[in-house]
Amino acid sequence: MAELADLKTLATQVRRDIVRMVHGCQSGHPGGSLGCVEFMVALYGKVMHYDAANFDMDGKNEDLFFLSNGHISPVWYSVLARNGFFPVSELSTFRKLNTRLQGHPTTHEGLPGVRVASGSLGQGLSVALGAAQAKKLNNDKSIVFSLHGDGELQEGQIWEAAMYGAAHKVDNIISTVDVNGQQIDGSTDQVLPMGNLRAKFEAFGWEVLEMNGNDMNEVVNTLLKAKTMTGKGKPILILMQTIMGNGVDFMMHTHKWHGIAPNDEQLQKALEQLQETSDY
Amino acid sequence: METLSEPNTINKAAMKTYSFTEKKDTRSGFGAGLLELGRTNPDVVALCADLTGSLKMDAFAKEFPDRFFQTGIAEANMIGMAAGMTIGGKIPFTGTFANFATGRVYDQIRQSVAYSGKNVKICASHAGLTLGEDGATHQILEDIGMMRMLPHMTVICPADYNQTKAATLAIARHHGPVYLRFGRPSWPVFTDPNEEFIIGKAQVMTEGSDVTIIATGHLVWKALQAAEMLSGNGITAEVINMATIKPFDGSTVLKSVMKTRCVVTAEEHQQNGGLGDAVAQFLANNFPSPIEMVAVNDSFGESGTPDQLLVKYGLDAPDIMQKAKKVLDRKTSQR
Repeated sequence: MAELADLKTLATQVRRDIVRMVHGCQSGHPGGSLGCVEFMVALYGKVMHYDAANFDMDGKNEDLFFLSNGHISPVWYSVLARNGFFPVSELSTFRKLNTRLQGHPTTHEGLPGVRVASGSLGQGLSVALGAAQAKKLNNDKSIVFSLHGDGELQEGQIWEAAMYGAAHKVDNIISTVDVNGQQIDGSTDQVLPMGNLRAKFEAFGWEVLEMNGNDMNEVVNTLLKAKTMTGKGKPILILMQTIMGNGVDFMMHTHKWHGIAPNDEQLQKALEQLQETSDY
Repeated sequence: METLSEPNTINKAAMKTYSFTEKKDTRSGFGAGLLELGRTNPDVVALCADLTGSLKMDAFAKEFPDRFFQTGIAEANMIGMAAGMTIGGKIPFTGTFANFATGRVYDQIRQSVAYSGKNVKICASHAGLTLGEDGATHQILEDIGMMRMLPHMTVICPADYNQTKAATLAIARHHGPVYLRFGRPSWPVFTDPNEEFIIGKAQVMTEGSDVTIIATGHLVWKALQAAEMLSGNGITAEVINMATIKPFDGSTVLKSVMKTRCVVTAEEHQQNGGLGDAVAQFLANNFPSPIEMVAVNDSFGESGTPDQLLVKYGLDAPDIMQKAKKVLDRKTSQR
């Protein structure tokens, strides 16, 4: 298990990976990826139990993770590579022809670490609940994690799944929502205000935690706390406040970097803010 | 139509005929197959969106409550959960009406099941016009088209109770996404209850040399009736039961059409995207031949009894017979 300082160092390197990957193919989604770096680094570095070297689809007796908001694939790919699922050098192929690192994650090319395709929003919570149910049938005590965007909660399927998860006491799942308040057409409050998310999920019957998703210490502690709350009859939801574009000053606090790539000059400006340890 | 050909007494005498002693709904064949799977394969699980009785899944649900998942009226979540349950080795069978099993959840099937290569069996009842009185909102006539467009999706539409049960057992042995289509009405049971279902293998039901009739689902029975009527006119029809629409059994079709050189297709579905389309595409690429389609022609259905609807929308045995005569005329005029 990595120490906090190591996780923070890795987080900075992951941010470098994200902007370089997106720059390399001149497409992709840097904003949400940068905001979820601490979560993803903590999850794979400190929270989940898994066997990266021997990835298999069933993942029996391993913790599983599902990325429902598949457009933030850059942060996931970087963290998967840097935790041994596939060579870090492969990050340079992101979104390029014949790559396993498709624009949105897929099982189709057999990339280790990915168990379902995502990108069309709203589907991942259902898949995660299904995997959690299968674990119960298999008497497998490990845990299923998922990540969702806040804008994604506008999809109706999320609430079908939320209803099911509580009604059927799927208590081996920890789902996190990236509350960055941004979506493509503007802020979530401008596009379609979602009101009190804590109250909504609590009303559906979920145990709700909150954390600052850009504070590594808080992310690690909250995820570990959530693990201790599993197995008690309720699914667990973490509302994770993040800043979109976090770590690159000109990408922060705006939806403008949701889905565009930096040019050469912007890349240099971004990299100057991020200490390199091991670029691919 | 006596000008078409002289009565062929040899073929007529040799033509296999089918009869039935009972009528059963194909959905009950699914229910019986699922129950048997419950008893023989511990990995099989079932999910249903509030239609357990209609899908005949109640026996499974009662005997295997731990492996039955009631999702409520939430089909999108059901499909997604089924995809998730394959991770960990389960073989999920989802059950709802064909409309809600396909059109309502197309994107969930596309991304979470088909593109992800998940071993989910999407089982759909009340397909086609023979759903009857509920009307067009529920009478999906586009589902075969939607499902066969998805890469690597297997599409199966059995002809009767026995074949639906056999197909249910067969798809559990096959690894990969499957769409299994069946229906509501009581229907003649005429296939061999002991015959194993082989995915991708069409059955030649009657041998004939004048016209090939390729049918799927409920209309296989109608095609056999039409073949008997044609036989009375001295026309021998080769009836093929195309229970698997995808993967397409091109070799059986080709062998038959090289002999008969004309085809009628019959299905309880739109012309667009259905079995007829699949046959036409195959023949256009391999052995261009006159083809007539018995199918719904760019229209929605309506309320009525199954029999009334098949007559009104031109899907009955006499319609198949008329199309056979028409395609024989076209074949003759080509010469």
